Amino acid sequence: MKTDDLIHAIAEDAAPTGLHPQRSLALALAGAVTAVAILFWLLLGPRGNALASLAEPRFVLKFLVTLGLVAAAIGLVQRLIRPGAAVGIWRSALLLAPGLLLIGIAGELVTVPSGSWMTVLIGTNSRLCLTFIPLMGLAPLGLILLALRSGAPTRPALTGAVAGLIAGGISAAFYASHCPDDSPLFVATWYVLAIALLAGLGALLGRRLLRW
Amino acid sequence: MQGVSDREAEWAALMRAALGGDRAAYRDLLVALTPVLRAAARQGCLRFGLGVAEAEDVVQETLLALHLKRQTWDSSQPIGPWLRAIARNKLVDALRRRGRRGTEVDIDAFSEVLAAPVPEDSGIRRDVAKHLQALAPGQRSVVQAIAVDGASIREAAQRLTMTEGAVRVALHRGLATLALRLRSSET
Repeated sequence: MKTDDLIHAIAEDAAPTGLHPQRSLALALAGAVTAVAILFWLLLGPRGNALASLAEPRFVLKFLVTLGLVAAAIGLVQRLIRPGAAVGIWRSALLLAPGLLLIGIAGELVTVPSGSWMTVLIGTNSRLCLTFIPLMGLAPLGLILLALRSGAPTRPALTGAVAGLIAGGISAAFYASHCPDDSPLFVATWYVLAIALLAGLGALLGRRLLRW
Repeated sequence: MQGVSDREAEWAALMRAALGGDRAAYRDLLVALTPVLRAAARQGCLRFGLGVAEAEDVVQETLLALHLKRQTWDSSQPIGPWLRAIARNKLVDALRRRGRRGTEVDIDAFSEVLAAPVPEDSGIRRDVAKHLQALAPGQRSVVQAIAVDGASIREAAQRLTMTEGAVRVALHRGLATLALRLRSSET
């Protein structure tokens, strides 16, 4: 086919079609939060003293860290699916969550005697954490990746990994209201591991699904 | 001489109109972009030992990608970086498919129009032509009527006794399938 012929065909197809990438991402995120909320209430539910714990800085920090991660990853992924878009401050914004966590750890190391550090790090719930954060994050990851297919990421694996961070962050935020372990040392170990699993899976899937 | 930024501002204006469904503006944009894409594709292909015919394949793949992903351009931003990123991506893709290491490709010279000598003959070895034959019959007849025979959507609808809506859908799906096949082919 001559290039001029192709141009003619493409120009005839000018009518706008399909969902705008931004809008499909918004829909996917709404679906993701709904899916995790339902799964969470069916499988785990918030811990009994969850509301009262909101006065506890260590409990609140779990949400600041996970939701901070979600916000930064959403900002970043919107740039990643636009070819040539400057990532700008969003790459640094991704450091916000680890930064908060480091501050929490510093506080923990000061207030908790060194003999108990390992105890609070191991916690009581690590297996549940490692199971449910990835498990509840699977549906969000799938929805987000599907939505991102309407974008055009020039780095599909990286984009998939960031999608995994969003999914993991949403899942972890819900899980945080169930888990009795509030120590930043616990969060830095098990939450991070669980979210990293989803990010790794996202990278693998992204490499296949997000090419265009 | 027209500056690069003037030219890109003009492309951006055309693309904004095109995104609103203006076919004439869209065609003007594609016609204006093609020689620039061709110059960049040739430069990239030559550097990796590929010929003019392969470069033309890259041009066609890039045009399809621009088309299918046009909604990823943020119309409040300059259009140049978006165009360059897509052109680079498609060139690297094509080089990889043909076993060339494409990671070091630098097509920053994209912005300078090279004097592109005599472009196309419609050689039968072209990828797009090959994949056109592999489309589902419905899509193929629509794409063929519009692309090869130069029909408009309305003319194609009359000729194929289809509704204009059905022609539109078949054309869009046909172009998307074409892009998919080009991408996954192991030429």
